[in-house]
Amino acid sequence: MKTVSSLLDERWYERYKKISKLNIRSSIYDVTDHCNLRCKGCFFFSSDEHKAASEEKDVSRWHAFVEQEMARGVNLAILIGGEPTLCLDRIEAFYQRLPTFCATNGLIKVPRERFPDMMVGISLWGDKEDEVLLRGKDTFKISSNNYAGDPHAYYLYTITPKQLGKVEQIIKNVEGVGLKVHMQLLSNDEGVDGFSWQPEQLMDVRTEMDDVLDKYPETVISSKYYHEIITSGKMLGRPFGWDECPSVTITHDNRTPQPKRLTNFIRWASDLKTTHRCCTSETRDCSTCKDGAAHMSWVMVNKRGHIRTAQDLQNWIEVYEMFAKLYQFIPW
Amino acid sequence: MEKDISGTTLRIAQILIDELKLEDVTPETFDPDLDLVDEVGVDSMDLATVALVLRDEYGIRIDEDDYPKLTTVRIIAEYINNKLDSDD
Repeated sequence: MKTVSSLLDERWYERYKKISKLNIRSSIYDVTDHCNLRCKGCFFFSSDEHKAASEEKDVSRWHAFVEQEMARGVNLAILIGGEPTLCLDRIEAFYQRLPTFCATNGLIKVPRERFPDMMVGISLWGDKEDEVLLRGKDTFKISSNNYAGDPHAYYLYTITPKQLGKVEQIIKNVEGVGLKVHMQLLSNDEGVDGFSWQPEQLMDVRTEMDDVLDKYPETVISSKYYHEIITSGKMLGRPFGWDECPSVTITHDNRTPQPKRLTNFIRWASDLKTTHRCCTSETRDCSTCKDGAAHMSWVMVNKRGHIRTAQDLQNWIEVYEMFAKLYQFIPW
Repeated sequence: MEKDISGTTLRIAQILIDELKLEDVTPETFDPDLDLVDEVGVDSMDLATVALVLRDEYGIRIDEDDYPKLTTVRIIAEYINNKLDSDD
């Protein structure tokens, strides 16, 4: 029988031991229905999820809610929106109790005296031209000013087909402001013209992602296996989609047979009562979903499937390490 | 009444092999002290599947809160026998 220690040498086994007992149990929380940007392709607004519930404004209820979530076993709160930094009191309800990650467009600086080590993931959709086209302004100019050199912040760079050939420059820009960067691909929920992926473009972007990882290993937080999976949509010969996605809210999950999934995962709307189907847009075609976290989680929950060859298991370890770094369970 | 630990151990190993489709191992060669989570990659969903089979076979209910403790075949066997003893 293949076992972990039979497949790994001492160095890889040590790496494995550092993550094998983390037992991360995340859930996702819409902190608010409001945003200070309106980006073309943002799943939250394009699928009307901002209308799904009326947000809870009583902060004491947010505190009580987080207590309930902890009792449910959640040990990582992933805050999204709308724009969470518009509601710092609600963020604080999580941050006081749980390892907390806050997604943001970076236009508002999280006050570090109040949230000294909260991990902040700053969205970035490309160079100035694409940022203006898709988001109405060059957010990098503002966000890099707010977060330059912050050890608890990184850029979440959503690569679009228009970014082919430009990825390295973006990585250089991020490196220049002393931050890390993680990459994912645009799913183009709004069908913006020219921003949907073609098969040959996915092959090209994989090559670019691999190249920047090789050239900027201190800046790019990623793995080649993750690049393979997110660009091919396949893992261990299986296609990503509704039948495989690990990030379906547990109360919406009526799949039979049930695939490997995140334990008790829920994505909550900002009324703290309504739940969304999954970690991203309910209207998205799962077979073309490019959500980075969903693909990372897909690998992570399929550990036993990777105890097959040394390379498979090393791939799994690298993806798990990447996730653990991005959510501060292990250091950069 | 004292139960046969070795018999239970072999049976649990067989259930794990069948339910998780483990290859190149028999109940006799399955190391009862092998860490199922760390070494075999068994997760809570796997344990839930196995727990259903054990419930049907032994008539015991395995509390989900106990899953993290059930890390080896031997520990599962002892857990089952303790449950059966307490029911006697």
